[in-house]
Amino acid sequence: MKDIKVLGTGCANCRNTIKLIEEVAAEKGVAIQLSKVEDLPQIIQYGVMSTPGVVVDGKVVHAGGVPDRAKISTWL
Amino acid sequence: MIALKRPRTTAHWHLVLLFAASAWLAAYTHLTAWADWLVAAFGLDRSTRLGEALHFFFYDTPKVLLLLTGIVFLMGVVQTFFAPERTRALLSGRRQGIGNVLAATLGIVTPFCSCSAVPLFIGFLSAGVPLGVTFSFLIAAPMVNEVALALLFGLFGWQVAALYLGLGLLVAIVAGLLIGHLNMERYLEDWVQQIQRGEAGWAGDPATDWPTRFSAGWQHVRSIVTKVWPYILLGIALGAGIHGYVPEDFMASFMGKEVWWAVPAAVLLGVPMYTNAAGIIPIVEALIGKGAALGTVLAFMMSVIALSAPEMIILRKALKPPLIATFAGIVAAGILLVGYLFNLVL
Repeated sequence: MKDIKVLGTGCANCRNTIKLIEEVAAEKGVAIQLSKVEDLPQIIQYGVMSTPGVVVDGKVVHAGGVPDRAKISTWL
Repeated sequence: MIALKRPRTTAHWHLVLLFAASAWLAAYTHLTAWADWLVAAFGLDRSTRLGEALHFFFYDTPKVLLLLTGIVFLMGVVQTFFAPERTRALLSGRRQGIGNVLAATLGIVTPFCSCSAVPLFIGFLSAGVPLGVTFSFLIAAPMVNEVALALLFGLFGWQVAALYLGLGLLVAIVAGLLIGHLNMERYLEDWVQQIQRGEAGWAGDPATDWPTRFSAGWQHVRSIVTKVWPYILLGIALGAGIHGYVPEDFMASFMGKEVWWAVPAAVLLGVPMYTNAAGIIPIVEALIGKGAALGTVLAFMMSVIALSAPEMIILRKALKPPLIATFAGIVAAGILLVGYLFNLVL
């Protein structure tokens, strides 16, 4: 089970990122635990400056925009 | 072109780009002929009002869209060199002065979305970027952007675009310098002051290759052009109507150069409005078309883009009210000066 967190303060891009990750995970049949981190101090603790950011199993793998499908599938 | 398979190799991209650039140039150099032909195809003549208005629309729409596509593509490619993390590294430890100039300039080429203004702000501070330098970046990034420049260039010529660029940078640099000299660090929210440099930092994507950069440029075009084209069409249609039908000096009486209160009124009016550069163009086009003074209109445009109530509410999470008020006050004063200066010189 992959633990995936999407960092972002609730803008449209953050919602798109979540939707996209859900879609790709469903396509590949990978079980994921997806959660949102909207609390600013917490986001900044991850060292991310441009949202949305993505954290997989505690490690930041992406920041600054909606990731593309190819990139998402490499995480899963 | 969307139907084509996405190019994978650098050579493939060069081929596609060469083709696209030739098509772009061919289209750009035939704009008048195209508009003439279309107006004639409608059985109209440029000497009539409707003919002139339609000609304006058929000429300006492809021109602005071509310029926008070209400039946005180039910026999308350039931005791959300046991830916020990279910009932060470039600014870290810089002194006031040169740091402010660098920050404002980097604000043009660093991808920025106002929804990440706060994380960016704190990320900069925690990496040792001085407060004033951080503000220079934060002011320049939304105000001087490629969409505003492309639209000003397309609709009012390169001189106006260059002036907007220069004055936008100037406001950002001077405002940042002033804020830096006021030593307002204690007006950051407490949680911001306590933040240590995040050790689990994200260093940005590893070095990218050219195909990735080019496809980032193309992505940038897709996301921006699909978002802004309705505004642009609306703006040009409004402009065309005004161009053909409204008497020249309609607005001059209350937004002309001689009206001293027009600039402050324009700035005040701009604060509660929040839209991107593209959304403001219909209004700018309409105002200019009716004889409003350019300085007044540019002040309005800067105020809408750089000073927005929603952005200040976001910033409030990290800044205490005195710092927000100082920020807004200094930027507003800068924009006022720009407006008056423009009206005086032109």
